[in-house]
Amino acid sequence: MKTLAFDTQALITALHRILPSSAVLSDAEDLRPYECDGLSAYRELPLAVCLPETVEQVRAVLRVCHDTNVPVVARGAGTGLSGGALPLANGVVLSLAKFMRILEVDPANRIARVQPGVRNLAISQAAAPYGLYYAPDPSSQIACTIGGNVAENSGGVHCLKYGLTVNNVLGLKVLTMDGELLEIGGAALDAPGYDLLALMTGSEGLLGVIVEVTVKLLPKPERAQVVLAAFDDVVKAGEAVGSIIGAGIVPGGLEMMDNLAIRAAEDFIHAGYPVDAAAILLCEVDGANEEVSDQILKVREIVKQAGATEVRTARDEAERLKFWAGRKAAFPAVGRISPDYYCMDGTIPRKRLSEVLSRIAELSQEYGLPVANVFHAGDGNLHPLILYDANKPGELERTEEFGGKILDLCVAVGGTITGEHGVGMEKIGQMCHQFAPAELTQFHAVKHAFDPQGLLNPGKAVPTLHRCAEFGAMHVHGGKLSHPELERF
Amino acid sequence: MTPDADISAALQASVLDAIAQNRSLQIVGGGSKTFYGRAPQGEPLSVTGHRGVISYEPTELVITARAGTTLADVEALLAKHNQMLPFDPPHFSGAATMGGAIATGLSGPRRPYAGSARDFVLGVKVLTGKGEILGFGGQVMKNVAGFDVSRFMAGSLGTLGILLEVSLKVLPRPESEQTLLFECSALDAIRRMNAWAGQPLPLSGAAFDGGRLYLRLSGSTAALNAAREKLGGELAADGAAFWRGVRDHACIFFQGDAPLWRVSVPAATPPLDLPGEWLLDWGGAQRWLKTSCAPATIRELTAKAGGHATLFRGGDRQGAVFHPLSPALMALHLRLKAAFDPHGILNPGRMYSEG
Repeated sequence: MKTLAFDTQALITALHRILPSSAVLSDAEDLRPYECDGLSAYRELPLAVCLPETVEQVRAVLRVCHDTNVPVVARGAGTGLSGGALPLANGVVLSLAKFMRILEVDPANRIARVQPGVRNLAISQAAAPYGLYYAPDPSSQIACTIGGNVAENSGGVHCLKYGLTVNNVLGLKVLTMDGELLEIGGAALDAPGYDLLALMTGSEGLLGVIVEVTVKLLPKPERAQVVLAAFDDVVKAGEAVGSIIGAGIVPGGLEMMDNLAIRAAEDFIHAGYPVDAAAILLCEVDGANEEVSDQILKVREIVKQAGATEVRTARDEAERLKFWAGRKAAFPAVGRISPDYYCMDGTIPRKRLSEVLSRIAELSQEYGLPVANVFHAGDGNLHPLILYDANKPGELERTEEFGGKILDLCVAVGGTITGEHGVGMEKIGQMCHQFAPAELTQFHAVKHAFDPQGLLNPGKAVPTLHRCAEFGAMHVHGGKLSHPELERF
Repeated sequence: MTPDADISAALQASVLDAIAQNRSLQIVGGGSKTFYGRAPQGEPLSVTGHRGVISYEPTELVITARAGTTLADVEALLAKHNQMLPFDPPHFSGAATMGGAIATGLSGPRRPYAGSARDFVLGVKVLTGKGEILGFGGQVMKNVAGFDVSRFMAGSLGTLGILLEVSLKVLPRPESEQTLLFECSALDAIRRMNAWAGQPLPLSGAAFDGGRLYLRLSGSTAALNAAREKLGGELAADGAAFWRGVRDHACIFFQGDAPLWRVSVPAATPPLDLPGEWLLDWGGAQRWLKTSCAPATIRELTAKAGGHATLFRGGDRQGAVFHPLSPALMALHLRLKAAFDPHGILNPGRMYSEG
């Protein structure tokens, strides 16, 4: 049966046999909303979209696709920024959007057990009556789902102190492509065997379909306070970040914005940002009341020493939230001043910040495309936003080329091509720069152990060596081809 | 002190020889955790000569060291800059290495509040059973490029590859620490430890031993004083020694020859009805049990409570030391083992019987 030719109509008929008719979409107009995720420059219509609502239904969909060799792309809220949920033209999109139930909030053990389609923020809201919350807070947290967060190992502004998704998830229930249910980890710490929880987190839908997530909840800090410091030079702001951390302070959030980002955010939100500053730092400390008071004084002293031209401590909770509102709205704010923008996501060792920013500025000149920089400064995660106009012929292509150069720069200074947005479809080429062929081969071996037919989100996250050879042929660095050892096609 | 050296080429040659001659290797570090896992098999291959800190940037909060570097050396260096390994790795007999700490993935009393060994792994360089030296992760805080193979190595007991280098996130040491004492029952201790863990208190340790609840607070002096006022209790004279004793199994509880079990359950689980002596750590999430009770009974009751039990020390080291996996998970484990070590030469059977 597996080797028989299988046409689309037969596939859709098979899906209708296992799902209610409203849970299978196959008309072009119904498929349209699923043609892209948050990276809308990449679009594709799948053969069908399935919207199961029970684990048994998910298993049945996987079995049909497994037996007919049809690839499957799992999808949460579709807010991802790297094209991880981009449909495949010959595949099925498996939406987990109907898995919206919070199964359990256990305040005594400080855990929540939820279905994968539950929104990130909804977990914290459900935990709030117990004084608890779920720490990772990607900027899309009102919309993005926990299943997608696990698939992408999402971050947020509090990672330096509270970790990424991988540090805050305790257990998963996962269906493999052949319909086997795996229970990984759970409410008891440090499960026996290999750390499959680490492997699944950030696996971008290539290893299994997440059908349940157990997360860790933390007590809400007694108090949070934020300092806003303005600088006339981004280098000074970068040095201030190092000094804060060197002084033994681990801020709950430590963010930097450059002038273009400051002005865009101020125009949009009126947070009271100093629009003449070359850079601002937002440094939030949280914890016990006395500790916060202590550390705020220290932070103020350190940023002054580092040459801040202005230092403000939020007067009250309203002002604290206002300071953050500007930062949290930085992306849409930039969206208001440019027809389109392309958000990059490299991580660098913080000490290399000034050279990376100067090089980005040079590239910006070269390409004639402005860049606004928003930076999770505490953990070195840089989000340059390239401003462009997709309606101008060739501008998207130039933007992508510029973006690619920024990522290569991140790798060159010892960083990485993606801090928290994932590789997806977007950075598949840059993976060939980040990893050697033997490492990519090892990734494929891991995938093969979970999904020997290669049907889960194939072609994303980990490039084939063939693809790297082709990609390398287009990008010549310093007169040297990447991977000269590979055959060229 | 042994000088720093990079012996990765020699280690790689040993692995390639072993593949060619179809011999298996037992990876040996400082020997502080030889008792752990199923009985070692194969020809010993020492990695202790592969040592030295490669880079350490206090303001980047990252240290990278060769696997044979001792924890003592790493921690002494960090202490000079007022930083620490936040997961509090056990040293046991004292010669523990970075590689062994990550390969076993064991964490000390600070774990439930700060995170586990794997939480702080940022990158590794590893020599696989294919004889290839591969790098995963890196030296930055956030990195989602490719599968998280570096964290996956933590706790894999050398069955997937020989760790050559490890990059870890480090954190500042707390300004001060205090340990508070409370006399109470085990049931009461479990309730209190979990109630406190749900409040914004600067906790960094919570254990129960011999009718006493020990609670460690870490932070600024002002914060600790404020917390003490809320919590009450009596100030312990030498809190640091107590936590070291629990971490390294050096305190009286861990003496004797009875098999030692590590019972991991959801933290607020009431005391389990199993015969033997108990020491509770991790706020109730990790419970040490000295008992000669039948393994099947221990595992059944632990599993019923939503947890798992490891025969940590003593007892039958040829048997199922780790909690048995479901058939689907076991099959996946064997496929993953084969993906990294297709000839099955690295620490065979140290975690589960591979036959």
